[in-house]
Amino acid sequence: MAYTTIKKALIGALALSASSLAFAADKPLMTGASAKMLSDTCAGCHGTNGASVGPAIPSIGGLSTEYFVEVMQGYKSGEVISTIMGRIAKGYTDEEFTAMAGFYAKKGFVAANQKFDAAKAKKGAKLHDKYCEKCHADGGTAADDDSGVLAGQLVPYLKWTLADYRAGDRPISKKMKKKLNKMLKAKGDGSIDDLMHFYASQQ
Amino acid sequence: MKITRRSFVKGAGAATAVGMIGTPFIALGASKKVVVVGGGTGGATAAKYLKLADPTIDVTLIEANKHYYTCYLSNEVLSGDRTIDSIKFGYSGMGKHGVKIVHDIVTGIDAGKRVVKTKGGKSFNYDRCIVAPGVDFKWETIEGYDANVAETITHAWKAGSQTVTLRKQLLAMKDGGTVCITAPPNPFRCPPGPYERASQIAHYFKQHKPKSKIIILDPKPKFSKMGLFTQGWKDLYGYGTDNSMIEWHGTPKGSDDNVLSSIDAKTRTATTGFNEVQADVLNVIPAQKAGKIAFAAGLTKGDWCPIDLHTFESTIHKNIHVIGDAAIAKGMPKSGYAANSEAKVCAAAIASLLNGHELGTPAYVNTCYSIIGADYGISVAAVYRLAEDGSKITKVSGGLTPKDASSEMRAREVQYAYSWFDNITNDAFN
Repeated sequence: MAYTTIKKALIGALALSASSLAFAADKPLMTGASAKMLSDTCAGCHGTNGASVGPAIPSIGGLSTEYFVEVMQGYKSGEVISTIMGRIAKGYTDEEFTAMAGFYAKKGFVAANQKFDAAKAKKGAKLHDKYCEKCHADGGTAADDDSGVLAGQLVPYLKWTLADYRAGDRPISKKMKKKLNKMLKAKGDGSIDDLMHFYASQQ
Repeated sequence: MKITRRSFVKGAGAATAVGMIGTPFIALGASKKVVVVGGGTGGATAAKYLKLADPTIDVTLIEANKHYYTCYLSNEVLSGDRTIDSIKFGYSGMGKHGVKIVHDIVTGIDAGKRVVKTKGGKSFNYDRCIVAPGVDFKWETIEGYDANVAETITHAWKAGSQTVTLRKQLLAMKDGGTVCITAPPNPFRCPPGPYERASQIAHYFKQHKPKSKIIILDPKPKFSKMGLFTQGWKDLYGYGTDNSMIEWHGTPKGSDDNVLSSIDAKTRTATTGFNEVQADVLNVIPAQKAGKIAFAAGLTKGDWCPIDLHTFESTIHKNIHVIGDAAIAKGMPKSGYAANSEAKVCAAAIASLLNGHELGTPAYVNTCYSIIGADYGISVAAVYRLAEDGSKITKVSGGLTPKDASSEMRAREVQYAYSWFDNITNDAFN
């Protein structure tokens, strides 16, 4: 117990010093913005309450806090490749990531209205069951598996993210790499297209 | 001592001005009336987010026009990649949040009596007023130019009919013709806008009129995203070669080389301190100042409106807040996203003040995309924090698209720019 408290205090102190270093400015800066205040700044790009109307920027409402924080930390460190998010993520502390994650986790995930090919979606559903369902539960709709929400997410973003995983530009778990390689070997690159139609079909 | 509502609110405002927080304000009375003047990105966002923060606040948005055409992405209308209707937004979406919409022109604001007056003869009382008037032009800085001339020699810096006129002029121009864009001096709405405009016109010429040229006359020695624009122009439009589709003529500090002094509308000639350019299509973006109502209401110091950066309350008149391009939001650019972000900070502050709550810590962000050509997008972003002494909205992270970004990443940025557009307009107007 005591150890945990000390550890927590230490982590707190470290985080504080790290954040004041990171945001070194001529004058001291205000901290302690509310979760809503911080999160509302995202809405101009990610949609009101994190429900993106597309065509490519992902929805962030309804994601799990763990997933949200992990990805933001990845953007901040550069481990996760991005166009703009790396530049933005560096402006926040871990505490602020957690606050924003908490705000968006409470909002519903709004599935995007996207075109899809029903036959491909049907094939994609089978592929999902076989290769993805274990981690991306309930057809990719679950958030509490901490693996992101795939069903109803904007397809360009899903495609690019998968391409980044394959290119080694985003850390991939051993399990995912194995399953992905297995699927590609057995079904070819077209299988990714089928999967995308399946996720787009869930509206 | 009897505390009247007025003196109380005055006191609250004064406390805000010196950046004091920590003293909870006592709510007096049930009246929570806010009048928003101007339905651009800032005004519309503020009205909506006030209602989201506290549905019991009575919010009225007064806007002259039935529709708003966004300045952002209007350059794509010039290239033909986008229709004018795709940048047109109405106010019906505001209604579902309970915002009352009035289409009228505000002629004055009585800061003492807290009344907004309109051309239609109506009066609107307020507890707090938000003024979001955008920009107006300093016509007097260019001989031979005024609002009437601008119907043919367009500025097209407020999107709408002039955007369509300029597009028609580009369509009618013969291949081998010259377009001259005169860029404005700082500060002005949408700092990368003139250069994105040149890019989008070049994008159209490359496909349909490849012998044509674009000349930019600029009163500045450098401009927003300059390195990325010139790199893009080299990659796509032969910039720096004898066959360059785009020529940029800047002005060293202290010189008047390319400072526009006059135009001749008949011959479409722009005259600067050093140059004279006779063009087939002339596009004049004049120097700018806060929108008309800001001056009529006495909210300006020089060309713009000084404000408290925590609440966006005017430092001249209490209970009136100014957001967007017209405000001096020290540290933030005059962009659509900045207006959207400022509106949320202002709405949260007003909701707190009207309810007697402590003011929260503000948070601000800007993101801005420019599309240089096919699958070629660039961006700038910033996250800001307010200095504790309230002196500056301070950038803590952000920056430009890296110069060595891959073509894949530049293509993604175009799709993200379109997503930015769809989401910010939805966030503001729906």
